[in-house]
Amino acid sequence: MPGKIEKDSVTGTETTGHEWDGIRELNTPLPKWWVYVWIASIVWGIGYMLVYPSVPYGPGYFHGLLGYSSRSHVAHEVAEVDAKRDIYMKKIAAQPFSAIEKNPQLMQVAETAGAITFAENCQPCHGQGGEGRLGYPALAAGAWIWGGTLPAIRQTITYGIRSGDPQARDSQMPPFGKSGMLNAGQIQQVASFVWSKFYGHPTKGEDIAPGAKIFAANCAVCHGPQGQGNPAFGAPRLASHVHLYGDFRASIVRQVTDPRMGVMPNWNKRLDPATIKAVAIYVHDLGGGQ
Amino acid sequence: MRLSHAFIERNAIVLLVLALLTVAIGGIVEIVPLFTIETTVEHVNGVRPYSPLELRGRDIYIREGCYLCHSQMIRTLRDDVARYGHYSLAAESMYDHPFQWGSKRIGPDLARVGGKYSDAWMYAHLEHPRRLVPESLMPDFAFLAHTPLETRDLLARMRTNIEVGVPYTKADLAQAAADLRAQDDPSADHSGLEKRYHGAHVVPGNGHPTELDALVAYLQVLGTMVDFKDVTPAQERQ
Repeated sequence: MPGKIEKDSVTGTETTGHEWDGIRELNTPLPKWWVYVWIASIVWGIGYMLVYPSVPYGPGYFHGLLGYSSRSHVAHEVAEVDAKRDIYMKKIAAQPFSAIEKNPQLMQVAETAGAITFAENCQPCHGQGGEGRLGYPALAAGAWIWGGTLPAIRQTITYGIRSGDPQARDSQMPPFGKSGMLNAGQIQQVASFVWSKFYGHPTKGEDIAPGAKIFAANCAVCHGPQGQGNPAFGAPRLASHVHLYGDFRASIVRQVTDPRMGVMPNWNKRLDPATIKAVAIYVHDLGGGQ
Repeated sequence: MRLSHAFIERNAIVLLVLALLTVAIGGIVEIVPLFTIETTVEHVNGVRPYSPLELRGRDIYIREGCYLCHSQMIRTLRDDVARYGHYSLAAESMYDHPFQWGSKRIGPDLARVGGKYSDAWMYAHLEHPRRLVPESLMPDFAFLAHTPLETRDLLARMRTNIEVGVPYTKADLAQAAADLRAQDDPSADHSGLEKRYHGAHVVPGNGHPTELDALVAYLQVLGTMVDFKDVTPAQERQ
């Protein structure tokens, strides 16, 4: 219980008046600098509440004297950068690929913008350098399924493949095995033929001749008599050193039996047309462009 | 002075009343705004409760701790917007209990990952991330593909969501099991599912979902509910 407040004789500081068995407590004041900082922070806090959005009430909130909002702030920041990029991106959007290719400065911008966009959006499937993965085409290898010209690449990126977009590239390989159009023996024969003739593993066997016939009757219409493929239907080139599902005979059997058909998302909802053009240019220049 | 230190300390009631008053000020400042916080959440067209399969996928997402490495919050920062798309709106997680904003990005933000990659990629990547992205740090979740989804407690989970404000209707509950199977079966009739859960993404399963099917259905809907062409700045009340 507080008793008499007195000055401590040793320190000259007042006591709190509390006393326990003769022991008294000093009432040392807080350092002045601390008190001033404390008061200043309260003043700063009130000022902050007045200047920036703070108290919610009724149908909204107090917007603050500056009218700051993080949304208008980011919109302003994006617009600021867009204004700088637009000097080039508007030209990339407006000019045909042939004109862009003749302009080294535009090409440099397109390559840079394309590389950054590719790394964020395309790399997870197609690999860092467009080297592809099993089931995800190698872009740098020139083994184009839907065409490797700049407009074709742009079309693919914009609308995707089997993406659900109304303009998406779409085609279906028939499930020759699953549907019973070819029996297991015939599938082995045609696989042997394709493996031998197009995949670069020449073999002789009884399978090859009947396989060739089956190929001519069923496969050549899309993949071409020479296995050259047809980008109009997205029929992969078989006579190639790069194969979407790997250089395995088993994958030929699998594709003929119950084909996997890849899906690529449409990017027109995520990327603006100029950026898509830039990505097309970047992808084209990875090494496989036509 | 009557209200001296000595006086207050010696009168329990006075001390109690004054302490209560002091604490009440802090309490009022913190609590009162919560009564009107509902009014600050903008209402945006398109945001709907999760379909049964998405809801279960979300449970898997939480169970596996995906939020520890992935955020679902595109901040109002230029870099975030440039990389991930339109910044997240509060309304987009209004049916998330609890929300999955996260606080760390060891992996990328997932707020708008829906539709960014194909289903095949989602399955392959969740099972063995490094087969597709060699530099990935993400653990393999292949076991999800072999684990049948527990659906016995589906209705209880939906009712729990109703308790905390998710507007599932009686029809939603009655059709929950059917909707769950339909979303896992591309050859099923999806008209009911689409009517109740607009834009629900059907995953290539066989009608008997695994945990991986549910997770992919959930991931493929993230950030796709709002069509930002329809959203005007006035609607996104600031």
